[in-house]
Amino acid sequence: MSFWKRFRTNIGAIVGVVLLIGVIAIALLAPVIFEHGPWQMVQRPFLAPFAVDGLPLGTDTLGRDVASQLAHGARVSLLVGLVSTLVALLIGVPLGALAGFYGGYVDEGAMRFTEFFQTIPNFALAIVLVAIFEPSLASITLAIAIVSWPPVARLVRAEVMSVRKREFVDAATLAGLSKHRILIRQVLPNTVSPIIVMASLMVATAILLESSLSFLGLGDPNAMSWGYMIGAARTVIRSSWWLSFFPGVAIIITVLALNLIGEGLNDALNPHLSRKGRA
Amino acid sequence: MSTLAIEHLTIGLPEGADRPFAVEDVSMTIDKGHILCVVGESGSGKSMTANALMGLLPPGVAVKAGRALFEARDVLRLPEADKMALRGASIAMIFQEPMTALNPLMRIGDQITEVFAAHDRFTQAERRKKALDLIREVQLPDPEKIIRAYPFQLSGGQRQRAMIAMALALEPKLLIADEPTTALDVTTQSQILKLILDLRDRRGMAVMFITHDFGVVAEIADGVIVMREGKVVEQGPAAQVLNTPQHGYTRRLLAAIPTGVLPERRVLSDSPALEIKGLRKIYRTGGGLFRAPREVRAVDDVSLTVSRGEVLGLVGESGSGKSTLGRTAVRLVTPDGGQVLVGGTDLAALSDEDLRKQRHKVQMVFQDPYASLNPRQRIIGAITDGPIARGIPKARAVARARELLDIVGLGADAASRFPHEFSGGQRQRIGIARALAMDPELIIADEAVSALDVSIQAQVLDLLRDLREKMDLSILFITHDLRVAAQLCDRIAVMQKGRLVEIGTVHDIFLNPQQDYTKQLLAAVPGADWDNQKVPA
Repeated sequence: MSFWKRFRTNIGAIVGVVLLIGVIAIALLAPVIFEHGPWQMVQRPFLAPFAVDGLPLGTDTLGRDVASQLAHGARVSLLVGLVSTLVALLIGVPLGALAGFYGGYVDEGAMRFTEFFQTIPNFALAIVLVAIFEPSLASITLAIAIVSWPPVARLVRAEVMSVRKREFVDAATLAGLSKHRILIRQVLPNTVSPIIVMASLMVATAILLESSLSFLGLGDPNAMSWGYMIGAARTVIRSSWWLSFFPGVAIIITVLALNLIGEGLNDALNPHLSRKGRA
Repeated sequence: MSTLAIEHLTIGLPEGADRPFAVEDVSMTIDKGHILCVVGESGSGKSMTANALMGLLPPGVAVKAGRALFEARDVLRLPEADKMALRGASIAMIFQEPMTALNPLMRIGDQITEVFAAHDRFTQAERRKKALDLIREVQLPDPEKIIRAYPFQLSGGQRQRAMIAMALALEPKLLIADEPTTALDVTTQSQILKLILDLRDRRGMAVMFITHDFGVVAEIADGVIVMREGKVVEQGPAAQVLNTPQHGYTRRLLAAIPTGVLPERRVLSDSPALEIKGLRKIYRTGGGLFRAPREVRAVDDVSLTVSRGEVLGLVGESGSGKSTLGRTAVRLVTPDGGQVLVGGTDLAALSDEDLRKQRHKVQMVFQDPYASLNPRQRIIGAITDGPIARGIPKARAVARARELLDIVGLGADAASRFPHEFSGGQRQRIGIARALAMDPELIIADEAVSALDVSIQAQVLDLLRDLREKMDLSILFITHDLRVAAQLCDRIAVMQKGRLVEIGTVHDIFLNPQQDYTKQLLAAVPGADWDNQKVPA
């Protein structure tokens, strides 16, 4: 069975894809749907959902449109999630590949370096990094990438180590190919599947991290994000539930969609490890 | 009175498989005290038949029709609880790979007594005593020690004996053996076969013995069933099927078996393609500050030469160092001492960069046709990578690759496809084309046909023979199978425990072996007597 066929049979994964496409569409179309931006005051504050026509999710503490904030927040969440994952891959994949392929001192060095990052709690390190840099989209993205690459390096290292022992790598050595060419052309392409799966799950984690940072007020002050919305609504959580409820739901849906997709990818790319049909 | 009677068994495969039924309309009977060999190539449905009896069919595969009568009950349709009571007690099974069939974290004795415990028989003390008796019965040395040993502390043959002891624990009436000797060395194999024959005589069990090897069949079978693509093509008493096969497929299978017929003597040239002088490789494991590391002399002071245009067979059991020797000769492994001279250059002494430029001189054909091709690279890329790295223009390398694919019998249009589109035999041909593309002075074939079915094996051997004539190839042919070596090689070198025991022409080795170890190896080849009947030497 082909990859797509296997992926299609997984209902959860399809639900994930539909949800994610929905979130992406809203993010892309945010400026079109809402003529007023997320920072613009449009009505009096603390309007409940559906209390006034045109404001289905109500207004916040300053009278800004919650629906507009939510749509614009999706852009930040997705962008940070995607870019930070890419950066994390850019750090983790080469490091893990070198460590796994060359072994010996290279491996020792790379892994000790990785462990250095792994021993520091993720979130604490991210806070420190953002606090050192000015909080901005770029610094947040970088901070999230820096705390999330170590698992990538470990995964790639393990994969490379197992692929390296396969006979076609010996065959490539005998063909007189140079070592780095064997690594790039022969070994790495065979490690792509688990990396893709991990990356899809990392996007979800990154979105959560970004929300947590913004919640603590360490977000970019010029970008509306879901975490910031919840953080700002924290003080009025008992009187105006919708201010923290809707961004919370948005985070849950997006993260859930990404996790469903990740699991679907995992089953489709590694059919032998599929958890289905194995009670 | 037959112990087991299978009637019109049909097993369906899930949708999308290459055929609708794994097994179609198969009938057979096994009598008490008889050994029925089910023979077939991979994918013939022989293991599926056995798994159906034990209720071990994989998900998606189900019995569609037919019945299997055992003690007047249809074992295929028993409720799960009854099946559980039956398994182990009345029908037992042994598997191909004793290392994975045994629990690595349990002592051998515990694994045997667990069988009694699962069926609620005997007291603790009795179980232990019975386990000891069983271990003695399967002739494991030092039973008191074995009962406390873990699987990894036993050799392959000992593990298979332990498996047999477990299977025999409750005195089953039927023993199903699924390729129990395939993973073992010839000498171990012949011991296990003897043990099974012996137990059959003593206990009067019926044995269903699944194998792909007609040599094994000739050794032990009373009756034979030949299967192909899920159907029975021929069945009958062993002597009849082996000596006067009726069906064309059986005849072809039998013809494909490497026989003891020796090739004609050929005159060999004096100039050497490969000279190995005093080669040594020691593997060290473990060891620490206060403990000396364990040393294994994988290759211990071996010297040999392969002449231009010669095929030298390198034969030995697992652990004899033959593969290490082969890998050292291409310097995938760097030796600890000695020289590997190819066309006057010592490969063992080159630096990495110089070595890379000399790589093309020696090429290798690997054992596992599935692992030796990159699943994500097209065939053309696999073959042309080497020549292009050598500096041959791409257009010429591609043209040559297509030509070679034609020569190895695949056709030039195979070039743009991916490895998974080919069968094992075809992949091995690709491996050969890849080696030839480098215009090597020597090809090392490391168990190159061991993973293939006999009929495919014969085709690949024919191809190698053909290429040897056409291209004047020199080949170092590493194998554990003397019969295969006899077919292709001019000379044979026998290795044991890292040392070269004997080297000589095929005729010398087969007809007049000097060393005891060589004689042992020759005597252990399954079906040796039957071969000799067929072809008077």
